[in-house]
Amino acid sequence: MSAAALLIDLGSTYTKVRAVDLENPRILGAGQGPSTVTTDVTVGLAKALADLERGMGGRREFTYRLASSSAAGGLRMVTVGLVRELTAAAARQAALGAGARLVGTFAYKLTAADVARIADLAPDIVLLAGGTDGGNEDVIVHNAARLAACSVTCPVVVAGNRQAADEAASRLDAGGSPVTVTENVMPEFGVLDIEPTRAAIRQIFIDRIVHAKGIDRAAEMLDRVLMPTPAAVLDGARLLADGCGGRPGLGSLLVVDVGGATTDVHSVAKGGPTRTEVVYRGLPEPYLKRTVEGDLGMRHNARSIVQAAGREALADDAGLAPERIEALARLASEDVGRLPRSAEERAFDKALARAAVGLAVKRHAGTLETVHTATGPVTVQYGKDLSAVETILGTGGALVHGAQPAAILETALADDADPLSLRPRTPRMLLDRDYILFACGLLGEVEPDAALTLGLAHMHPVAYGTENGCNPAA
Amino acid sequence: MGADNTSAERRRTLVTGVIGSDTHIVGNRILGMALEKAGYTVVALGALTPSDEFIKAAVETAADAIMVSSLYGQGELDCRDFRNLCIEAGLEDILLYVGGNLVVGKQPWAEVEQRYRDMGFDRAFPPGTRTDAVIAALEDDFRAPAAGGHKAGR
Ligand code: B12
Repeated sequence: MSAAALLIDLGSTYTKVRAVDLENPRILGAGQGPSTVTTDVTVGLAKALADLERGMGGRREFTYRLASSSAAGGLRMVTVGLVRELTAAAARQAALGAGARLVGTFAYKLTAADVARIADLAPDIVLLAGGTDGGNEDVIVHNAARLAACSVTCPVVVAGNRQAADEAASRLDAGGSPVTVTENVMPEFGVLDIEPTRAAIRQIFIDRIVHAKGIDRAAEMLDRVLMPTPAAVLDGARLLADGCGGRPGLGSLLVVDVGGATTDVHSVAKGGPTRTEVVYRGLPEPYLKRTVEGDLGMRHNARSIVQAAGREALADDAGLAPERIEALARLASEDVGRLPRSAEERAFDKALARAAVGLAVKRHAGTLETVHTATGPVTVQYGKDLSAVETILGTGGALVHGAQPAAILETALADDADPLSLRPRTPRMLLDRDYILFACGLLGEVEPDAALTLGLAHMHPVAYGTENGCNPAA
Repeated sequence: MGADNTSAERRRTLVTGVIGSDTHIVGNRILGMALEKAGYTVVALGALTPSDEFIKAAVETAADAIMVSSLYGQGELDCRDFRNLCIEAGLEDILLYVGGNLVVGKQPWAEVEQRYRDMGFDRAFPPGTRTDAVIAALEDDFRAPAAGGHKAGR
């Protein structure tokens, strides 16, 4: 029997496991178990492993047993920066890139009310940024002192002005928070450096959060919990896009993950202007960018999708009467485990997913704006230009189990009616039908070559143009 | 705080940019290069910079001065609320310079200068200003605040 790896996603609703052959990288088996509402992750994992064993016809040895986790509320983080569009934005990017769920984002000097709010939020980690190196020192020190003086004692990552970091750290330390000082998320004006912060957050996750959340109760059943699941998905996306060890990957990539509570979008692309006459403005965005749309979820946030997309538009897309939309949205949000039971519910779900993907990708992608000057118009770009992205990959239940994934994914594409939104024009479309992307991210930590082969082998092509086929602009 | 990283040793930081819908970047670049050579840290925002971006950059980098360029003739409109925006952002004491072609056509310089002083700029510079004049003015002002600057003006 050849060597194999066990890759585990300790999820909030399901625990999923994948057994992978390492010599001829492919899926050997899959299993799933409902996670209990209580904190004991071992129950769901045991069920998932039993399910796996049933499928594979018995137990086997694994060279690696690696897990990611979004159990117990995920990695809940609060970010604090100075200027909202600058270090505060950089801090948000860093935390999202580390796979966090942002429960609060703050800018400028924290007030007493802000700090009380943070204490209420009870985050797992606070990320404290502010000031470029050599820049503003007061605000980060003020904010550290504020945090130290309240009941917040969770780990804090300090990633701000180098000149003030030690002072901020010693304040926090005096307040009882374990502190990690790392590189500034914005060492110079307009320069992002978020990798060290991602690494620091991941280390705290491994060293402390896994224990704090009781995830380490599963220690007997696995070797290591490496990272939050969204970070595993992002790492998987990066590996698939970039390749490894000289082996090419898919090239620039956009991943859309439609879930019950949120829609996540990950891009692995430089995203600079694709046309020479375009001027870039604003903070540069990271090569590896993750956004989370907290109002776009197929179940918990079905009603807010309706709100964002518009009831009439959604009804139109679903071919249903507008009056039915609210009732269906209520049904979905009140029964979050619900699978569609009728043609009407299926049509509604499909329209919801189309709206979620369309909106989430539009928010993730950059935009063009025309500035009128005396000599005529000048085109300015904000955010990433994803128009030349080569591949779109869909993942998550709504896309994978829903009918017509092509019709859903196509809403991510550029639209001639909305030419200022810089979404992909003619990418190939793939589907993570076997839910393997997180596993590629985990396996990539130890055997990147095998992880790449695995990912490339299991992403299923999706053809353009179904009944809803809005063919992409050529 | 670390003894060798204190702000006493810190290089002065200047934010530069061309305000509004103005694309004349050449003079601003030349000025930026000269300022860097003179030992300043320059945060260059480039052409087409909205006024709030100057201020945000100055807050984050704890800049000592903002150097606004305006060439295309609409400077008076673009710069009108600049000092007020600074005050709003807690930068009431930041040194503000403006230069380029600050008004439409030829107008007596003393009047133009006064108008910009009234807007809260510490100094305004006429067309054709050489970079060494700018550097000399900065040295003066960093030694002592500009005489008759914005504070005396209001
Ligand atoms: C080159 C040029 C252009 C190029 C700009 C190329 C570019 N991307 O940079 C192009 C062709 C695009 C252009 C366009 C226009 N231009 Co033009 N342009 C010029 C020109 C010929 C030279 C500017 C230059 O580069 N000078 C060289 C640099 C080194 O000098 P400087 O910019 O003055 O900067 C120095 C100092 O002023 C100082 N300085 C600059 N900024 C600051 C800031 C501070 C704080 C300080 C202390 C000092 C300082 O330091 C610099 C170094 O010594 C000038 C005329 C002239 N001779 O000045 C007209 C001129 C500036 N343009 C003018 C006009 C009207 C326009 C247009 C509106 C024309 C039109 N109708 O289409 C457009 C506007 C475009 C826009 N939206 O901005 C007018 C402005 C008139 C006014 N202010 O009343 C000028 C003065 C020509 C004229 N006499 O009519 N222009």
